[in-house]
Amino acid sequence: MGDESSCKVYVSTAAEFSADGFLRPLWIIWKDGRRFDIDRVVQVERAASRKAGGVGLRYTVMIGGKRHHLYYEDNFKWFVEAKSSV
Amino acid sequence: MKRTILHSDMNNCYASIELLHRPELRGKPLAVGGDPEARHGIVLAKDQLAKKAGVKTGMALWQAKQVCPDIVFVPPRMDLYLRFSRLAHEIYSDYTDRQEAFGIDESWLDVTESCSLKGSGEKIAEEISRRIKKELGITVSIGVSWNKIFAKLGSDYKKPDAITVINQENYKNIVWPLPVEDLLFVGRATKKKLNKLGIYTIGALAETDSDILKIHLGKVGMILSYFANGNDNTPVCYQDENAPIKSIGNSTTTPRDLTTETDVSIIVWLLAESVSARLREHHFVGNVVEISVRDKDLFSFTRQKKVSLSTNITSEIATYAMELFRANYNWQKPIRSVGVRVSDLQIDTAPVQLSLFSDQERRERYHRMDQTVDIIRKRFGFYSIQRGIMYQDRKLSALNAKEDNIVHPCGYMQRGNLTGVR
Repeated sequence: MGDESSCKVYVSTAAEFSADGFLRPLWIIWKDGRRFDIDRVVQVERAASRKAGGVGLRYTVMIGGKRHHLYYEDNFKWFVEAKSSV
Repeated sequence: MKRTILHSDMNNCYASIELLHRPELRGKPLAVGGDPEARHGIVLAKDQLAKKAGVKTGMALWQAKQVCPDIVFVPPRMDLYLRFSRLAHEIYSDYTDRQEAFGIDESWLDVTESCSLKGSGEKIAEEISRRIKKELGITVSIGVSWNKIFAKLGSDYKKPDAITVINQENYKNIVWPLPVEDLLFVGRATKKKLNKLGIYTIGALAETDSDILKIHLGKVGMILSYFANGNDNTPVCYQDENAPIKSIGNSTTTPRDLTTETDVSIIVWLLAESVSARLREHHFVGNVVEISVRDKDLFSFTRQKKVSLSTNITSEIATYAMELFRANYNWQKPIRSVGVRVSDLQIDTAPVQLSLFSDQERRERYHRMDQTVDIIRKRFGFYSIQRGIMYQDRKLSALNAKEDNIVHPCGYMQRGNLTGVR
C-alpha cells in the first residue's frame, strides 16, 4: 500500500470495452510517463498475486515481445508486479 | 442416498488476507485487532506465528504484546474480508447451489449432485482448494463426509491447507478419539456434565446409551448422540435461502466511556436509527423493544418492554429504549457498550388496529420522515443527514452502526432442529 518495499505498482491504464462487454487493456503509462502499448492479451483469469499482494483479474499481456501480468483489482485500479523495489 | 458434504474453512482468514496484501509483514507474527484508539482493543484474528507464540483470539492488544513482544497489529478491514468471502462463495457456486455460510470464513457445500460429473467429494475438495489458492491467494482446510457435523470436524482436523475425508470406514479412527468438546453444541457446561458421566471422547459419547444421555441432558443429549454417530440429517440449505429473522438489533462498544444521559442518548439514537432502517429495509415492524447495557467493569444486563403499537419508527424506538434505560440504570459506573434490539416482528403491511389514544397522522409523518432520510442516505451517504443530537459530541456520533456491524454470528439450528432427532 504505497509502501517503499512493495513491488505493487499502480499504473494508469487505457482500456476498451467491446460492444459485447469484454474489457481489454490497450496501453499503460509507467510512473515516469513512458507509455507501453499492449500488443496482445494472451489470457485472462482470476488470480492472486502473492508477490505484489493483491487479487483481481489477471491479464497476461505481451508488451514489447515480453510476457507481463497486469491485474485489474476489485477497487477498479490496475497494477503490475515490479521487478524489484521501486 | 448417502450425501457428500464438504466443509470449507479459510485458514486464519483475516490474518491471511492481510498478509496477502502486505507482503512486507510476512514472516512476522501478526494480529488483526480493533483500533486501540477507538478502544475496540482486542485480537480478532492472528496468523500461525502469533498463534504459536500463544496469542489467542479475544485477548486485549496489550496482553497479546506481553506474550508475543514482536507482534504487529493491523486494523481490520471488514469490507476487504467480505469481498474475499464473496469471491469464495462464487467459486463454491461453480460446484453446487447448496452452500451455507457459517460465519464469514466457513461454508458447508452439499456436492452430492455434482459427484457424477466431477468425481468424488475428495476430488471436488482438491479442485476447490487449488482454485482458492490460485484465485484468492489464501488457503482453506476442507473436510469431506456424509454429514455436516463430521465434515466440520474434518476441516478442523488438519490445518492449514489440508483435506480430510471422513467416511464410514475411518470415522471411528478419526472422529471417535477426539475430545468431546470438539463437537458442535458441546460448550463448557455440557462438557462438564458429560465428563461427570465419564464421557471424555466423541467415541465414548457415541457408545453411551442415548436414553441415559436424554435423562442427564434432555433433548440435547439425543442430538449429541446423533452427531457423534454420524446420523445428523440437517440439510445444507440453498445459497439464497435466509433463516427467518426473529429480531433486529445493533450494539456497539463506544469510543469512550459514557458518563451522562446525553452520551447514552446519542448512542441510543444512533442505534435506533440503524435498527429502524433495517426494519424498514426488511419490511418489518416490531412489538418489543429491548436495550442492553454493559458498564466499564463488563457487568451487563438487558431489559425489554412490549410497546402498545408495533413500530419501525426511529423516534419511537429511541424513546422506548431511553425509558427503559432511565428506569433501570443508576449510574454507579460509566458505561462501555449499549445495544438496542426490536423483536416480536411482523410484516409491515399487516392490518393494524388503530388506537384512539395515539395520533396516527403524526406517526405516519414520522414514518415518512424516516423513509426520506433512508433515501437521502442511500443517495448521498450516511453522514449526509444527521440529527441535531449528534452534534453534541461528534466523536461519539461518528459511528455508522448500520454499515459497520454487518457480520452476525449464527447458530447451527437457526432454521430449527433438522437433525432427525424427534
